[in-house]
Amino acid sequence: MSDTATHTADHDDHHDTPKGIMRWLTTTNHKDIGTLYLLFALLMFFVGGSMALIIRLELFQPGLQYVNPEFFNQMTTMHALIMIFGAVMPAFVGLANWMIPLQIGAPDMALPRMNNFSFWILPFAFTLLLSTLFMPGGGPAGGWTLYPPLVQQTGDALPFVILAIHLMGISSIMGAINVIVTIMNMRAPGMTLLKMPLFVWTWLITAYLLIAVMPVLAGAVTMLLTDQFFGTTFFHAAGGGDPVMFQHIFWFFGHPEVYIMILPAFGIVSEIIPTFARKPLFGYDAMVYATASIAFLSFIVWAHHMFTVGMPLAGQLFFMFATMLIAVPTGVKVFNWTATMWRGAMTFETPMLFALAFLFLFTIGGFSGLMLSIVPADYQYHDSYFVVAHFHYVLVPGSVFAIMAGVYYWLPKWTGHMYDETLGKIHFWLSVIGVNVTFFPQHFLGLAGMPRRIPDYATQFTNFNMMSSIGAFIFGLSQLMFVYIIFKTIRGGAKASAEVWESPTGLEWTVPSPAPHHTFDEAPQVK
Amino acid sequence: MSEQVKANTKNRGLIGRLLLMAGGMFVFGFALVPLYDAFCEVTGLGGRTNTEAAVVTERPDESRTVTVEFVASLGGFAPWDFEPSVRSMQVHPGRLYQTHYVARNRSSGRLMGHAVPSVAPGSAARHFQKTECFCFTPQEFLPEEERDMPVVFIIDPELPGHVDRVTLSYTFFAGQTVAGLDR
Repeated sequence: MSDTATHTADHDDHHDTPKGIMRWLTTTNHKDIGTLYLLFALLMFFVGGSMALIIRLELFQPGLQYVNPEFFNQMTTMHALIMIFGAVMPAFVGLANWMIPLQIGAPDMALPRMNNFSFWILPFAFTLLLSTLFMPGGGPAGGWTLYPPLVQQTGDALPFVILAIHLMGISSIMGAINVIVTIMNMRAPGMTLLKMPLFVWTWLITAYLLIAVMPVLAGAVTMLLTDQFFGTTFFHAAGGGDPVMFQHIFWFFGHPEVYIMILPAFGIVSEIIPTFARKPLFGYDAMVYATASIAFLSFIVWAHHMFTVGMPLAGQLFFMFATMLIAVPTGVKVFNWTATMWRGAMTFETPMLFALAFLFLFTIGGFSGLMLSIVPADYQYHDSYFVVAHFHYVLVPGSVFAIMAGVYYWLPKWTGHMYDETLGKIHFWLSVIGVNVTFFPQHFLGLAGMPRRIPDYATQFTNFNMMSSIGAFIFGLSQLMFVYIIFKTIRGGAKASAEVWESPTGLEWTVPSPAPHHTFDEAPQVK
Repeated sequence: MSEQVKANTKNRGLIGRLLLMAGGMFVFGFALVPLYDAFCEVTGLGGRTNTEAAVVTERPDESRTVTVEFVASLGGFAPWDFEPSVRSMQVHPGRLYQTHYVARNRSSGRLMGHAVPSVAPGSAARHFQKTECFCFTPQEFLPEEERDMPVVFIIDPELPGHVDRVTLSYTFFAGQTVAGLDR
């Protein structure tokens, strides 16, 4: 450091950081903010998870046992909103905050103050959202998709929900702007775009998706708000509006949104599999282009969520084929991950186990997605438990497993300690068994005709529902292990080396473990 | 130091463009409304039919018979009875026909009502023309008043060949939304 002539004064200012709570409230350090995002996501994962367990408890047997139908509907709606906007998305932003600067050799995110602001909006947004459960009329109960006219029967909660969604949107957009500016302007010398790690690439594309669609959601919910309180008739047929139009606008946001929740997962898995197969990623360029194609296609398939609202044949055919087309770049990815492992010297540490489970189970979710894309079949599956099984397969063993894989993979880098491998493996096996016992039977329930979003069901569905509920409790409770393992690792454990794993690639492994508060003050040279 | 300044300018440009993009997409969300309307008008999607009297000439096509079904429903929880006088008719394309709906105000106050039409299948919507319809204007009802409301319609002979059954549906909305009708 002695030969650093450009080590300017404003660097030193950071060192008298406040202690205690003020450190976290005022921090502009990407690692601190990443940690905050990850802890917040973990908390929301449990809040949303408890709601899922209430749902599964009620569905353990037919009839109404524990909750009334209104509360049940609030649980399905809030579970989705919290898991999507509170758990999965903030977890990915947390990983981005921690890892993107480390992976591109930047000293911090490009816009550290905005970074702090975009995190600290979230606790307010979710306090607002959760507070609706205690309002007259209860929380939102019309489904997370907020379809009018049903959603307009929400009680006092509606404006609070809409404001909460606006706040989440603002937070996401600011986070996305930060990611893009960091990646575009702060890469280390020599780090060309096509040398960036895939996690960085997938996040760059995700950030563009966020900027493109979160404002559209903001517009859609604003229209709901003005329809309800200011006499506009965007979605009121009586005034010349059309409730189906909401569905089009919503899903124009909603479909790219599902890729927002899976592309960073692709990135994480693309980092982990090469490390534990001890081979470079197969077809790096193809992976980048496949991610970009998936992002592009996500904008032209939205109406496959609403085949049953009535659409001309030409429209149905277009959206069906465009949807099926997505299987091509996704297939390229699955093929490349598989080819990366081919004849590799594989070992199966916890991150690798989660990544492999991701690969298998996400593919199952992809296949049921293909089934749903077929218009005549979709008429049967629509709004059934088959859909529930499908999107939980891509979101839980898809996104959530990838997040867990990423946490296990980078935890030694963050904390400087190795996590407990035995406990990690037990956590993995309980999770993977729990997930499959929960969601696999739901395919059968859906095919047999059980509708989604109902608190009661016909008795012939009892056995599979019981299985599903048992699985849900196994999965839910085993996540307590995850918390235990994380905090145990933070507190201590075997010392982790800088590399942590056996010759992993990436700049993050060139800094010591735990990663010091400031890294890459001097930009590294990338060959 | 100058590098720092250069980096800041570079950042500011990119942030500006990204914010513009976010703002643009917010506007685009609202622009989807007129786009959607225009798209539906052109394609007949959503079963939209003419909301003002159409001017037509009769060119009966006796060789073809189409079943027209009439459906009535109420929007919201309004105190109305609302029904078609006949459930279905056999018609020839190109000829004018008349039927009527019956509405009754069950409340003891004056009510404004407005009927919103929709035609299924969507591909028939453009070919279903109304020359006279109670749906063109809001209807005022006295307390307990019952009234026949006529519809005069014609099916364009250009109706796609595979369509042999057309459904005309009216949803009757109560007055509080009448203010929004000019949209």
